[in-house]
Amino acid sequence: MSEFELTVNGSCYAVRAEPRKLLSDVLREDCRLTGTHVGCEHGVCGACTVLVDDRPARACLVYAVQMQGRSITTIEAVAAGGRPSRLQQALHEAHGLQCGFCTPGIVMTFEAYLKENPRPSEEEVREVLSGNLCRCTGYQNIVAAILKAADAKA
Amino acid sequence: MKPAPFRYHRPRSLGEALALLAEHGPQAKLIAGGQSLGPLMNMRLAQPAELVDLNSLPGLDFVNEKEDAIEIGALATHHAVASSPLVRSRCPLLAEAAQSIGHYAIRTRGTLGGSLAHADPAAQLPLVAATLGAEIAAAGPRGERRIPAAGFFVSLMSTVLEPDEIIVSLRVPMAAPGERHAYQQFSRRRGDFAIVAVATTLLMDKKGNAKNLRLGIGGAEDKPVVLAEFKSLDPDAVARAAREAVNPAENPRVPAVYRRELVEVLARRALLKAMGK
Repeated sequence: MSEFELTVNGSCYAVRAEPRKLLSDVLREDCRLTGTHVGCEHGVCGACTVLVDDRPARACLVYAVQMQGRSITTIEAVAAGGRPSRLQQALHEAHGLQCGFCTPGIVMTFEAYLKENPRPSEEEVREVLSGNLCRCTGYQNIVAAILKAADAKA
Repeated sequence: MKPAPFRYHRPRSLGEALALLAEHGPQAKLIAGGQSLGPLMNMRLAQPAELVDLNSLPGLDFVNEKEDAIEIGALATHHAVASSPLVRSRCPLLAEAAQSIGHYAIRTRGTLGGSLAHADPAAQLPLVAATLGAEIAAAGPRGERRIPAAGFFVSLMSTVLEPDEIIVSLRVPMAAPGERHAYQQFSRRRGDFAIVAVATTLLMDKKGNAKNLRLGIGGAEDKPVVLAEFKSLDPDAVARAAREAVNPAENPRVPAVYRRELVEVLARRALLKAMGK
């Protein structure tokens, strides 16, 4: 067992876990932050994407023990004060989700990406979105929502 | 999909990391971005007893100009390499190849050193490093040595790196004045490993013919294949020569003849693109 501290969404969590415990599992089971979803657990589906020091990362490809001294942001921190972010609002308005399982990963990926590239082309959005699998929507409305959110940022 | 138990080490210096490798020998495994090792461990295809995390080593994520080359630290992420203005302007083939790796959230974690050490035969960075005649610097108990990338890769996921060595940087020659390049890959889905990838650099003479052509092929064999001697630099002839030069293994999902076909098609496309045709 390892004992360490994790900084998640600005709060400090004292964690006691085996070094092999994935960040995705520690977030859900130890921090009780179940907004981070676990899909494939080998880095393919993107559902567990969180931010590590403001950069997207698959939480299933990171051991929580590695995250000491890093700042982790999860979906729970995105709707500040209960108000959806522009991206969340756009996903809502453009019907960019159905079952919602992949949505937290998509939101985290694009919260980071739109900061880096605030006015992406549709092609760029599709390229980045290729890292997040959605089995419901066919992606059209997700792309539309992201472009809408980017437009609203301009 | 949970990894087997391991002991976790977080060295704070290169010396500490080397000491851990010396102490634990083949039981130890280095982890950097973990974008290849993580899945292997989750699927228990890899079960290292000692995991040595390189992420706290200082000063290994640089991208610097050094004489006529670009030197890149082993911990530089694919994203950092792909978005570096220096790499984009002076070694555009490397930037383009790095940008095509996996997905955004993979590129922001995966590292240059990790990709080279992992040595997937279809991976972008080993292919580009070999094609461009880059040099890999590795630190070990006997000091640092420079290894030409062309001789670094031995076979499937195996390199000449000794178990007690750590890749510290890559030195990539800058593109020559007027040099053109292209990178082409074919994979089933965006972000998958390439079935075949082709990287090329060339110069053009005054008549619009290619010269000084180098053509690297990834995915066709168990390591990158680099061709620099051609009887004719006509794109069709080069593509046919590339096809003849590789000897892909039979694979139930990807027949050898299919890979050969891809080599020819992608080599022709790469050449025409680099020549601006």
